[in-house]
Amino acid sequence: MTKKVPISSRKKHKITDFVGGDVSERTTTQRIAALVPNPSPVEVTSGDDFVWTRKDLLGLDQLSPQEIVHILDTAETFREVSTRSIKKVPALRGKVVALLFFEDSTRTRMSFELAASRMSADTLLLTSKGSSISKGETTLDTIKNIEAMGVDVFVIRHGESGAAQMVAKQVTGSVINAGDGSHEHPTQALLDIFTIRQRLGRLAGLKVAIVGDIAHSRVARSNILGLRKLGAEVVVVGPPTLVPNKITAMGCSVSHSLDEVLGEVDAINMLRIQFERFGGGLFPSLAEYSKLFGMTSARLKRCKKDVLIMHPGPINRGVELTSEVADGPNSCILQQVTNGLAVRMAVLYLVSQGKID
Amino acid sequence: MTNKKILIQNGRVIDPANDLDEVCDVLIAKGKIAKVGAANKTDLRGAEVVDAKGKIVAPGLIDIHVHTREPGHEEEETIASAARAAVAGGFTTICAMPNTHPPMDDEIAMHYVIQRSLEAAAARVLPVGCITKNREGKQLAEMGAMLAAGAVGFSDDGNGISDSSVMQRALQYASMLGAPILQHCQESSLFGGSMNSGAIAVRLGLGGIAASCEEIMLQRDLDLVKRTGAKYHMMHASSAGSVDLIRRAKAAGLPVTAEAAPHHLLFTDSACMDYDSNFKMNPPLRSAHDVEALRHGVADGTIDTLATDHAPHTREEKELEFALAPFGIISLDCALGLYAKAMIDSGACDWPTLIERMTAGPAKVINSELGTLTPGAAADVTIIDPKKRWTVNVDKFASISRNCPYDGMKLKGRAIMTIIDGQIKS
Repeated sequence: MTKKVPISSRKKHKITDFVGGDVSERTTTQRIAALVPNPSPVEVTSGDDFVWTRKDLLGLDQLSPQEIVHILDTAETFREVSTRSIKKVPALRGKVVALLFFEDSTRTRMSFELAASRMSADTLLLTSKGSSISKGETTLDTIKNIEAMGVDVFVIRHGESGAAQMVAKQVTGSVINAGDGSHEHPTQALLDIFTIRQRLGRLAGLKVAIVGDIAHSRVARSNILGLRKLGAEVVVVGPPTLVPNKITAMGCSVSHSLDEVLGEVDAINMLRIQFERFGGGLFPSLAEYSKLFGMTSARLKRCKKDVLIMHPGPINRGVELTSEVADGPNSCILQQVTNGLAVRMAVLYLVSQGKID
Repeated sequence: MTNKKILIQNGRVIDPANDLDEVCDVLIAKGKIAKVGAANKTDLRGAEVVDAKGKIVAPGLIDIHVHTREPGHEEEETIASAARAAVAGGFTTICAMPNTHPPMDDEIAMHYVIQRSLEAAAARVLPVGCITKNREGKQLAEMGAMLAAGAVGFSDDGNGISDSSVMQRALQYASMLGAPILQHCQESSLFGGSMNSGAIAVRLGLGGIAASCEEIMLQRDLDLVKRTGAKYHMMHASSAGSVDLIRRAKAAGLPVTAEAAPHHLLFTDSACMDYDSNFKMNPPLRSAHDVEALRHGVADGTIDTLATDHAPHTREEKELEFALAPFGIISLDCALGLYAKAMIDSGACDWPTLIERMTAGPAKVINSELGTLTPGAAADVTIIDPKKRWTVNVDKFASISRNCPYDGMKLKGRAIMTIIDGQIKS
């Protein structure tokens, strides 16, 4: 009465139901499909009847092209505030903006601080040194304690990818990501994109090179996402130890030769080389890096005449770019900093109006 | 041990060790399997009758890879709570991994696990001892003494043995004892991220762990197994490359076995898109191609056993930034339904094959006589309702921890009765 158990079932099957994975995978694929290839380089506009609804700015990944343009257009209107003799508007009067810098920062912190004060908000500042962070409190405990003081907007800089998203799930106030690990730095990318649009008059159809440590760069990721959504082409440049091949899934191309891309790009964003990464042996020496991937006057001569040279700062002069390039007419490095203020005012203003997670 | 008679009637009795799959009765007496076949009037006399019509009657399920956390992290799990979670999930035997604090690397620790298991009086908990003292990967632990005290195998789980000469000695020594070496394949110099290396990790800005990190150590180990002839078991295979290496090693006649975990049969790395640390485990979730290869491996027998790698962590440990949260998730309470979802619902294999991978398969890995309904064997029986639809609810878990990505998942197939040594435990 016994029957052989078919232990070795070699029946071919098709896997169609990866739980959870399937759904996200499809979303990722669709997202990537939406990014590459670039359909038609037509300038995106947000439209007059556009209404901002988001309460958080976690990354450019979540934003539609219209939303990005809306932030840029809003920043345009706030730029004028800085030209007044009294550089203040009452837009956020009575609101509390907490600046939570779990990771050190100078310009982003000062830029947000000034942006908040120009909007008449009250600010709370937390930096990693000498705070509860250095006493071993978890990020969420720190956040919940500060939230209990009554905070409307959290601006968060954190060394770990996904930190802003983690916090946004736990608080009722707005969350602005001021840089999380190697993930995203949306306000930096927005100010970069704002500056390109301001200097070159458009974004669609442009080609932008991002040069340096792409693997660990949140600035690169946010720029790739934002620029692609607005119809620009992006090429990332660096040695294979700093440029993961799979970055092409985000819609950019990869080059390991700066010299090869020089002539074809409209803007070059030179990322900062972090000295602390030397220990990892990701490239042999600063001198060799600079020789292969540094921006010099000689290289600048081979670029388009009005090419834009950008850098998110702080600059290592003589490494990513020489002083002649950094301080020359093609450089827009300080303009980036100025525009950063307007962009952050716009973001603070918009998320305060937003309701939707 | 009990004198109680239990007669399980009219179930679909599946006992892969005896190539059995038929509707019949199973009689249990004095804690042993007394009879498998058609029951008569004598069998019925004084017996508690269990009607198993429409159900599967299988040997008690075995999970050889469970982190019971005791001693050292009783806030995450204890031997007793893990044993209760096992019973709830239909498991009659689990193996306790030795990466405790302190690590279980001596004879006394083996006695401790067995004693705690007896006190818990739930699922049988069998100890796995460390390969090396203090899990340091340097000096061999007293495997002979641990084996005599009840260890069923040896592992430095959580760490692979990096030093090739130490691994070679471990295999040589274990071959004398006939005990299996259970390896966590991970080449430490390549290890440095928190999820699978690939487009998703790049997108999320998280460090990646490539499949080659696992496969390089596996390949080395297989060469050493060829040299030593030792019994070798690869824990939690996660990649298509590993399945392929195991398949070829088996074809070459090497004494190797392998296991797969439910998460690697169900999810891809895109599940990490929301930075939910309940999708963070080591080895990490990989690609759809890897999931498919693992399912094929389970179906064709390249993968000998399914094992949860049940790894409890407290809420505060898991509620951290993705890269800072510890690796590991739990699934002992719901594993059977997960395996059914991955293998049966998808059409990858049938119930007899799946049950083989959870009974005779794991018993073979740990040289155990459990995992069968052969008359005279310990009366460990799991009754499964293959049609039962249910929803995972972590709040009802017997496990102390809640780090489970399956909460709310709808499953089909569940253990409805767990009998151990002739005692109905649930």
